[in-house]
Amino acid sequence: MDYESLKLIWWLLVGVLLIGFAIMDGHDMGVGTLLPFIGKNDLERRAVINTVAPHWEGNQVWFVTAGGAIFAAWPLIYATAFSGFYWAMMAALWALFFRPVGFTYRSKIKNPTWRSTWDWGLFIGGAVPPIIFGVAFGNLLLGVPFQFDDTLRSTYTGTFWQLLNPFGLLAGVVSLSMVTFQGANYLMLRTEGDIYRRVRTASLIFGLATLVTFALAGLWIMKGIDGFAITSHINPNALPDPLDKTVVKETGAWMKNYTTYAWAMWVPITTFIAIALGIMFARLHKAWMAFIASSVTCAGIIGTAGVSMFPFLMPSSSDPRSSLTVWDSVSSELTLGLMLGATVVFMPLIIFYTSWAYKVMWGKVTTDFIKANDHSVY
Amino acid sequence: MISTELVDISRLQFAVTALYHFLFVPLTIGLAVMLVAMELTYVTTGRPIYKDMVKFWGKLFSINFALGVTTGITMEFQFGTNWAYYSHYVGDIFGAPLAIEGLMAFFLESTFIGLFFFGWDKLSRWKHFMVTVFMALGSNLSALWILIANGWMQNPIGTEFSFITMRMEMTDFWSIVFNPVAQAKFVHTVSAGYVTAALFVLGISSYYLLKGRDLDFARRSFRIAAGFGFASALSVIVLGDESGYSVGEAQHTKLAAMEAMWHTEPAPAPFVVFALPNEKTQTNDYELKIPYVLGLIGTRSVSQTIPGIAEIKEKNRARIVNGVIAVKALEQLRKDKTNTAALATFNAHKDDLGFGLLLKKYTEDVAAATPEMIQQAVDSTIPKIAPMFWSFRIMVALGFLFLALFSFALLYSIKGNFIEKRWLLRWALWFIPMPWVAAELGWIVAEYGRQPWTIYGVLPTHLSVSSLTPGNVYASLAGFVAFYTALLIVEMYLMVKYARIGPSSLGTGKYHGEDQLGGGAIPAGAPADKI
Repeated sequence: MDYESLKLIWWLLVGVLLIGFAIMDGHDMGVGTLLPFIGKNDLERRAVINTVAPHWEGNQVWFVTAGGAIFAAWPLIYATAFSGFYWAMMAALWALFFRPVGFTYRSKIKNPTWRSTWDWGLFIGGAVPPIIFGVAFGNLLLGVPFQFDDTLRSTYTGTFWQLLNPFGLLAGVVSLSMVTFQGANYLMLRTEGDIYRRVRTASLIFGLATLVTFALAGLWIMKGIDGFAITSHINPNALPDPLDKTVVKETGAWMKNYTTYAWAMWVPITTFIAIALGIMFARLHKAWMAFIASSVTCAGIIGTAGVSMFPFLMPSSSDPRSSLTVWDSVSSELTLGLMLGATVVFMPLIIFYTSWAYKVMWGKVTTDFIKANDHSVY
Repeated sequence: MISTELVDISRLQFAVTALYHFLFVPLTIGLAVMLVAMELTYVTTGRPIYKDMVKFWGKLFSINFALGVTTGITMEFQFGTNWAYYSHYVGDIFGAPLAIEGLMAFFLESTFIGLFFFGWDKLSRWKHFMVTVFMALGSNLSALWILIANGWMQNPIGTEFSFITMRMEMTDFWSIVFNPVAQAKFVHTVSAGYVTAALFVLGISSYYLLKGRDLDFARRSFRIAAGFGFASALSVIVLGDESGYSVGEAQHTKLAAMEAMWHTEPAPAPFVVFALPNEKTQTNDYELKIPYVLGLIGTRSVSQTIPGIAEIKEKNRARIVNGVIAVKALEQLRKDKTNTAALATFNAHKDDLGFGLLLKKYTEDVAAATPEMIQQAVDSTIPKIAPMFWSFRIMVALGFLFLALFSFALLYSIKGNFIEKRWLLRWALWFIPMPWVAAELGWIVAEYGRQPWTIYGVLPTHLSVSSLTPGNVYASLAGFVAFYTALLIVEMYLMVKYARIGPSSLGTGKYHGEDQLGGGAIPAGAPADKI
């Protein structure tokens, strides 16, 4: 396999890992976000939490593995994005701190204040990271102010507050709505009675919010923001060197892939259809179909961002030639090949035993179940 | 020039977050394996008390695991946030084991940990046992891949520098996996985790025995911990990290520093039991030596010498001078990639590139480095001796005390009269924190001892940082310390609370204090010792 193919495969694989993260950890985060609002008392909240109790640890590994894979496959992205978005990363990390302890410690003490404090902790751990990741994606689309020196040391020249621009924030809302939609549909599968009724309403609200904000972001990309385009010849098989190219900022550049490759239009179109179907199925009480639709939505939204920017990963607004692309952010051919091998071996195994874990634990989690298993559940 | 303050504060943040993380890791690694042993006893004998043991020690395991995960996420992302140049420069090698750790180990551990806690009623006995086995396997494999990454930082093999991509690139994956330093580290670190878990179980069981409660439960736990701990304490000493010190230059420097060996001694070198290392005179005050011992341990031979600090420094001086040529040639190559003369010069000297880069701490233009700067760089290649010397000695002393404790525990377990040996029970109880002390000191020796490098001989720590302002890192460090300290207090509170409540927290109605309350319910906020 040549270097070019490996570079393309890794663009797809990082996409797959991010989509896996959105679908799996996303539904846990959606559950955390909804927790304080759909559980009206301690028993109800415990029922909600215990729908994800056996699975959230495993699901969180999608996040960790996506991080590790970006480190291994796109070291320059890992280095430049994480240090540039320093405070955003810190905020996401610190919000994530609330989850392991929130889940594990919450029900270990029978004090209402203690428990409701951790419930809000789980809310922060559920809602803040998706917002931040959305804001980060939004800013990638806008371009980020950074440049490389001769030794490929990157310097970010913006501030944290600059990330919170209107388009970035809109992307944050898209991401939060998507994840909460996903979490609500998951809860429709695993709860009944009052909780079920409330999460179904939440699913309709956040489905609609996803539809509206995703459409708005799309319009904004079409009309309002500049994309980036490579103006020099690129040899996709060359050793990666981000400074070896020229790039311009261009209105409508993010739409180019859709005209060059007509099939690419199917990515956003499928996304719109999936959101609409998700809302419809939630209305019809078809929880499984709604969950599948919102999972496709996660894939579609991430896919749309990726396809619009391709081959860019992290364009630089202050020094466009420093922009990082699929061709020049990657690790060596050997490492990419090796990591591909590891993924091909382990990903099917992971999917297999994760499915088995869900199968073992499947069923509605009711308040009666919580009462009967007071000492062993969260 | 990169600000020294930024480098120092970034190092401090990494040290603090890593040392916090390692408060939770050893217990996870070790207790997971002990849970397997307990559950194996349960599935083969079918006696419910062993199931209760798995569940109770599992509860304490979960309290610990939560913070292990919390602090672990930081470690995964901190390379990118605070050590961006490091991530770029060695990500091609260092990223791979981290990603494989996620794919092969962390997914396994984390998926099965959910079934371990919540799957008791949904799985057959043997299936649940297999779940526990996979969970333990996952946590131990995690350690393997992380230590392969760390071992490569100490002994960077299987790689080559590319001037086009301006980074190190992998040339031989398997030599990185089978790096002898990594393998030695893995065995040593995992054994240390087993010791930690064994002493944890031994000490808490001793507490119940001293209080005269839950005797049957505590006695059986004590015995398992005694056997497991004895084997682990033996392995942590015999398969000690030194087995890795015979290979790799970083390890030689570390060995010389922790032994305060200022000059090469005739083989086999003596072992310094006590001394006050004096940085000024480069000698030891009040030295007490045992002949031959260090040579035997360090080289496993009587004829091989171990290089002393003065000799290592002179070797490094030559490499720094050589490295300056490599740095200059590289700068020319970066401007003009077709410059064949520069390429030839670079190739002749590139093995010393990292040593040339050490001078970047003192001057932007390394070719103009003064003899003073070179001297500073030479001196910086040896870490401060006293912290290394003492950290290592305290760790080793603790190691032997663990072995003594577990030897007695095992001896009296076989004799069956350990309940009468109250001094032993008290020793076990008060010694619970000590494996953590030993483990943290071990990491200080390993990581502080690698300074001034992040990757020995390849990339100086000084160049590894992100382009941030010190203010940013001070603020994030303050955030980490505040968060972690609050979480640690909560964790310790729950750990002590549940350790005191004991197996009655399972609500089976069989354990200490449960008859008075009926049904084993724990009243809200009741002080644990009243239950």
